[in-house]
Amino acid sequence: MAEAAESPGDRGRASPRPLFAGLSDISISQDIPVEGEITIPMRSRIREFDSSTLNESVQNTIMRDLKAVGKKFMHVLYPRKSNTLLRDWDLWGPLILCVTLALMLQRGSADSEKDGGPQFAEVFVIVWFGAVTITLNSKLLGGNISFFQSLCVLGYCILPLTVAMLVCRLVLLAEPGPVNFMVRLFVVIVMFAWSIAASTAFLADSQPPNRKALAVYPVFLFYFVISWMILTFTPQ
Amino acid sequence: MATTAAPAGGSRNGAGPEWGGFEENIQGGGSAVIDMENMDDTSGSSFEDMGELHQRLREEEVDADAAAAEEEDGEFLGMKGFKGQLSRQVADQMWQAGKRQASRAFSLYANIDILRPYFDVEPAQVRSRLLESMIPIKMVNFPQKIAGELYGPLMLVFTLVAILLHGMKTSDTIIREGTLMGTAIGTCFGYWLGVSSFIYFLAYLCNAQITMLQMLALLGYGLFGHCIVLFITYNIHLHALFYLFWLLVGGLSTLRMVAVLVSRTVGPTQRLLLCGTLAALHMLFLLYLHFAYHKVVEGILDTLEGPNVPPMQRVPRDIPAMLPAARLPTTVLNTTAKAVAVALQSH
Repeated sequence: MAEAAESPGDRGRASPRPLFAGLSDISISQDIPVEGEITIPMRSRIREFDSSTLNESVQNTIMRDLKAVGKKFMHVLYPRKSNTLLRDWDLWGPLILCVTLALMLQRGSADSEKDGGPQFAEVFVIVWFGAVTITLNSKLLGGNISFFQSLCVLGYCILPLTVAMLVCRLVLLAEPGPVNFMVRLFVVIVMFAWSIAASTAFLADSQPPNRKALAVYPVFLFYFVISWMILTFTPQ
Repeated sequence: MATTAAPAGGSRNGAGPEWGGFEENIQGGGSAVIDMENMDDTSGSSFEDMGELHQRLREEEVDADAAAAEEEDGEFLGMKGFKGQLSRQVADQMWQAGKRQASRAFSLYANIDILRPYFDVEPAQVRSRLLESMIPIKMVNFPQKIAGELYGPLMLVFTLVAILLHGMKTSDTIIREGTLMGTAIGTCFGYWLGVSSFIYFLAYLCNAQITMLQMLALLGYGLFGHCIVLFITYNIHLHALFYLFWLLVGGLSTLRMVAVLVSRTVGPTQRLLLCGTLAALHMLFLLYLHFAYHKVVEGILDTLEGPNVPPMQRVPRDIPAMLPAARLPTTVLNTTAKAVAVALQSH
C-alpha cells in the first residue's frame, strides 16, 4: 500500500523502498514477544575487540604462532587422544616440515643435470599431492573430516620422518658401511612406524569403524615412499 | 541467495511502479496478495526459478522503459532511465556472480557425491576381490559378475607406482628422480586408463556386455598380480624366478580377466580378438615394467655415460677425435649422444 501511494513519478527514491513494502501489511499479534536478547552480540564484539592483535608487538604475534605450532609438534611426538590438531588446524607446521625435509633431501652436488637425488620441487610435490590424494580418498570413503584438517594432520605427522632424515644425515657423516646402513634402516623404520601410529590416532576416529583399514592403507603408502626416499639418500 | 535476490527484487519494483501502482490503485485491498507473491518469488531457493524470474523481470523492464519514454517530462525521464539501467546492471552482475559461485561449489560437491558409491566397500570385500583376481573361473555360458568399484583398483595403481619407484632405486638406476617419479605415475595411470578405454572400445566393436566402470575395475584388480611379481623380482634378482612368476602369477591374473571377458562376449572371432588383445597387452606390460626400468635403462646409461664404458663402443666416437680438423663435429656428436641419453632417461 505504501508503494501505491508513492509510486506515480517518484521512482528514484522508491526503488529501495518496496523491498519492505510487503512487510507493512503483515500484522504481528500482540501475544508473540518480538524483543530478544541483544546484549549477547554486543558483548562478544567487545570481547573480540579486547583480544584484537592489532596493538601487540610483532614479536608477540610470532611467538604465539610458534608456540601453537610447537604444541602441535608435541602432540605428534606423543600422540594422545586429543583433538587439538583437528580443532585448530594450521598449515604452517606442515610447510615448515616439508621445506626442511626437501632441503635436507637436496644433494649438495653443483651439477644438477646428472644429479640422481630427489629435487626440492619433487619432495614438495610428493608431500602435498600425496596428502591431497589421501584426503580425497578418506572423503570418498565417507569420513567426516574437513579437507584442511586432514591436510594438517598428515603434514604434522611427517615430523618423525624429518627427525629420521636429520639423524640419517648425521650418521652419514660417519664412515659408510653395513653398520651405518643398519643404523639408518633402524631409525627410518622406527620413525616410519611412529608417523603411521600418530596419523592413525588422529585420523582413524573420523572414519566409519569398519573402514579404518581402507583409509589407513594410502597413509601407509604415502609415508612408505617418503621413508624410502630418506633411506636411499646419499649425500654425493 | 539473499544478496542476489534483493537487487533483483529492487530492480523489478523500482522499474515497474507504473504497472504495479496502477493495478493496486484499481484492486485496492488485493495488493497484499500481490506483494506476498513477489516476496515468494524473490526468496525462491532454486536458481532456475531465479533465472526465469530474472528473464521475466527484464522483459517487464523493457516494457516499463517503453512506457516511461512516452511521458512528457524529459529531464526526469533521463534520470529515471539511468537509475533503472544501473539497478538492472547491478542486479545482473550480482546474479551472474552468485550463479557462478554457487554452480562451482555445487559441481565440486556433486562430483564427490557422484564418485562416492564407487568407494563404498568393506575391507573384507576388498580382500576377497584381491584373492579372486588370481583365480580364473571356467564358466563361459553365463556372464560372470564384475564388481563396479574403484577403491581397490586405485589403490593398486598407487601401490604399483610405489613399487616401480622402489625398483628403480634398488637397481641403482642413475636417473633424474623428478622424471622418474613422473614416469612411474604416468606409466601406471596411463596403462590403467588407456588400456581400459581401448579394451572398452574393442568390446563395443565386438558387442561384449561390459561397461567402462566394470572394465576399469577388472583391469585394476588385474594389476594385483603385477604388483606381487614386481615387488618380489625387484628385490630378488633372478631371471628364472621372474619368468616363473611372470607365467604363473601374471598368467593367472590375465586368465581371470580373459575368462570374464569370454563369458561376456558372443562369437569365437570376437572372443579371440578381445581376449587376445587384452592378454597380450597385460603380459607384455609386466615384461616391460620389469625390464624397461630395471635392466635396459641401466644398460643404456652405462653405455653412454658410465665410467666403465667398454672400448668397443667408443670406437666410432674416438676416431674423429684424433683428427684436429674434426674437432667440431666431435663435440656436436657428443652433444647429440648426450641429448639422446637424456631423452632415453626421461622415457
